[in-house]
Amino acid sequence: MEFETVIGLEIHAQMKTRSKIFCGCSTEFGAPPNTHTCPVCLGMPGVLPVLNRKVVEFAIKLALATESTINLENRFARKNYFYPDLPKGYQISQYELPIAEHGRIGIEVDGEQKYIGITRIHMEEDAGKLVHDDVEPVSYVDLNRTGTPLLEIVSEPDIRSPAEAAAYLRKLHAIVRYLDICDGNMQEGSFRCDANISLRPRGQEEFGIRTELKNMNSFRNVQLALEYEERRQRDILLDGGQVVQQTMLWNPDKGRTEPMRGKEEAHDYRYFPDPDLVPVEVDEAWIEAVRRDLPELPDIRRQRFMTELGLPEYDATILTASRELADFFEAALAGFANAKKLSNFIGTELLREYGPERITECPVAPAQLARLLAMADEGTISGKIAKTVFVEMLASGTDPDVIVKEKGLVQMSDEGELVALVREIIEANPAQAQQYRDGKTKVIGFFVGQLMKKTRGQANPQLANRLFQQELS
Amino acid sequence: MEIYSLTLTQAREKLARGEITSLQLTEAVLFRINQVEDRIRAYLHLDREGALARAEEADRLREQGRAGDLLGIPLSVKDVLCTRTMPTTCGSRMLENFTPPYDATVIERLNQAGAVILGKVAMDEFAMGSTSENCAFQVPVNPWKEGYVTGGSSGGSAAAVAADECFASLGSDTGGSIRQPASLCGIVGMKPTYGRVSRYGLVAFASSLDQVGPMTRDVADCALMMNVIAGYDHRDSTSINREVPDYTRALVDGMEGIRIGIPAEYFGDGLDPEVERSVRRGIDMLREAGAEIVEVSLPHTRYCVAVYYLIAPAEASSNLARYDGVRYGFRDQDARTLIDMYRASRSRGFGDEVKRRILIGTYALSAGYYDAYYKKASQVRTLITDDFRQAFARCDLLVSPVCPTPAWKIGEKSDDPLAMYLSDILTISANLAGIPAISVPCGFSSDGLPIGMQMQAAHFNEEVLLRAAHNLEQRAGVVGTKPELA
Ligand SMILES: [Zn+2]
Repeated sequence: MEFETVIGLEIHAQMKTRSKIFCGCSTEFGAPPNTHTCPVCLGMPGVLPVLNRKVVEFAIKLALATESTINLENRFARKNYFYPDLPKGYQISQYELPIAEHGRIGIEVDGEQKYIGITRIHMEEDAGKLVHDDVEPVSYVDLNRTGTPLLEIVSEPDIRSPAEAAAYLRKLHAIVRYLDICDGNMQEGSFRCDANISLRPRGQEEFGIRTELKNMNSFRNVQLALEYEERRQRDILLDGGQVVQQTMLWNPDKGRTEPMRGKEEAHDYRYFPDPDLVPVEVDEAWIEAVRRDLPELPDIRRQRFMTELGLPEYDATILTASRELADFFEAALAGFANAKKLSNFIGTELLREYGPERITECPVAPAQLARLLAMADEGTISGKIAKTVFVEMLASGTDPDVIVKEKGLVQMSDEGELVALVREIIEANPAQAQQYRDGKTKVIGFFVGQLMKKTRGQANPQLANRLFQQELS
Repeated sequence: MEIYSLTLTQAREKLARGEITSLQLTEAVLFRINQVEDRIRAYLHLDREGALARAEEADRLREQGRAGDLLGIPLSVKDVLCTRTMPTTCGSRMLENFTPPYDATVIERLNQAGAVILGKVAMDEFAMGSTSENCAFQVPVNPWKEGYVTGGSSGGSAAAVAADECFASLGSDTGGSIRQPASLCGIVGMKPTYGRVSRYGLVAFASSLDQVGPMTRDVADCALMMNVIAGYDHRDSTSINREVPDYTRALVDGMEGIRIGIPAEYFGDGLDPEVERSVRRGIDMLREAGAEIVEVSLPHTRYCVAVYYLIAPAEASSNLARYDGVRYGFRDQDARTLIDMYRASRSRGFGDEVKRRILIGTYALSAGYYDAYYKKASQVRTLITDDFRQAFARCDLLVSPVCPTPAWKIGEKSDDPLAMYLSDILTISANLAGIPAISVPCGFSSDGLPIGMQMQAAHFNEEVLLRAAHNLEQRAGVVGTKPELA
């Protein structure tokens, strides 16, 4: 039997606001436990939440970037459950009226364009963390993270393969980074992904029984976990069995999903509108103001790179994978206008060292890269030397001019200087010279090689070719 | 007359004229507390030293020419308001040793006005109750009759004001908790419009209904207290940014041009004949003062108790989830697992009425019941609010009794929660609609228990309430009559 895979993703993106969603505490990561807390985020008696408007602005940004419908009046609700990392005994979230609904994100898989629907985007507060002692059977509560703003983005079950899931996740990741609303760090948990996956016989309308997947803290793990779970469910179904609806944890060390330990209680969260917060009012003027400030989004930028700069789709897709890389590319383009040459160099030499997400760590400034390529283009250095110089630049951050000058790497293009060396080489290799004259013109490569050796690669190869032809005839 | 028996306004004038000092005033009140507290049992926490220090400080400030609205006036506050320098127990074992690291906004305002806060007064646990019998530590007693309830949940406030143990008090009102004890103890109590007074630092019972308000000896004192506590607070998202009038200017003699509505539904079955007689006499006095009287109808009144006892417990079940024994408050030290700790701490930390309401509220919000209970109640709440909107198109204020009966014996209804809930029938609609309401003394029963009249007005129309209450007070001749104590 042939099966169709159905996947939906639930993503929690931590907002890059300076302060928490309902109090003035800092959201900075890594502070000593319980130092970024106040009576409000500690859930003391009698205190009240006050909404950080920046969070709403960020949510509007994401809603616009995903073509979602913004609910001009939306509201916060309480999600009630007991856990030590949840000081109030409820999480302030959104339920019946989220800030945005009915959006979509375009993805490309195997050259095919496809849209994945977004069911809803809502604002909520993060919970704290439990820290378990390594030795004693004791757990500590750290409430620094409590009240950090989150956007939860729930997709429609439109995703049909683990590869599509990965593409969707990467695209959403790129969008939040382009919007500069989330730092996207999956290791630190500021961009978290849960998935649900089910299989159904191809052609069947009704969904199969699904499992929920958690603990996948990288793009790769999301794809691997879904691939594993897809195989596991298919095997069960092919054996005539039934998938058990449950939550599975991805175990990256063993490369498999495992049922979550402990009894899974069916939670009744008893959602109801939070009476401490008034409905959030968003007006058209606010939306327009946010829209005006919206940066160019990855899809639009990619399209522009293709139409305005004449780059192939492949190049444009790579260059727009992150906002930082695209910014780097465009900054370099200001000093070196040949987009394709620049793209080639970045694609081969730069991205090998610094991926799209890490480009800001690269010690070579865009202007320095542009200067290097300009030097190669002008013939000051050879293309081969340019790569060597670039390695040096990556190591030290030094300007290419300085490196070329200090190491004497300037290309030799002086005809008089070179012609003497050419004659010397011909004299020293009479046999090869004779071969050339007998019509074996390919031997010219040998002569150019000799010249390069003598000049440590600095001779201008075109000029060398011409001089050998001239002197050998 | 002893100086502790003055009204707040009178004491303030004497202080201003230099006839007395705040220290003398405070010492007098502390003396009075010594004298009657065994009988009244209003104070859960009394800060004598702090009060005397504050009084001396107030006298120094006055010498320097500074004068806050309440400079040097000894007050008490319900133990549901957070105070940095005193425990805040909410009348519960759960918070028996809890002192918050912050002041409620209204406490800050009292302090800025120079008030001398004497201590924290008794209340039903987490403000849940109508007699203050649900206080985990002590039950305050009605100053007018030994062995009788003060009403609740702000019973300690009402008793302390009536027994001259302070010049005024702050209470909180979720379904009548200011007005009903004010009525049973013969004082003035106002529940302001929802959003008029900050709720920051008021420990929540039912957030959409709770409001802080003054409990005072007379209407002028009430207006003065309103001037101090009313106003926008950025820390409370439900507080409303709207200009605060000088409420003392609302006390105009005469009721000309004011139309009073009498809602038939508020004079129905179960109303004590003495209470009805007294209130109707009050209405006649207001007519004599120049008011026009009209009959109005609030047809959804009969649903109020049901709606209230779904919404308030639902919100409470969530508001009280934070008392889990993890960070502060009572923790059962013998529990072995997390779930056991939650269960034991909450079972032992909360009293029966609180647990009853948490259970009701949890049920009302549960999957499968939400639509039938919480959601339906919210819809009916809108209808109740509409009733008032229509009524206020025809009149400026509504007049009714506060409580169907005068005070009753301690213990009389404590085994019958439903009878207790029904005694709130006349006060809870103001909370559901968010409108202001006041309780003013209008007479006494044949066995000498006070009877109050309730007045309700449209949102932010506290001034018309104060004007009507002032005119009633002038004619009823009840103010100044004091309970006979030791
Ligand atoms: Zn905080």
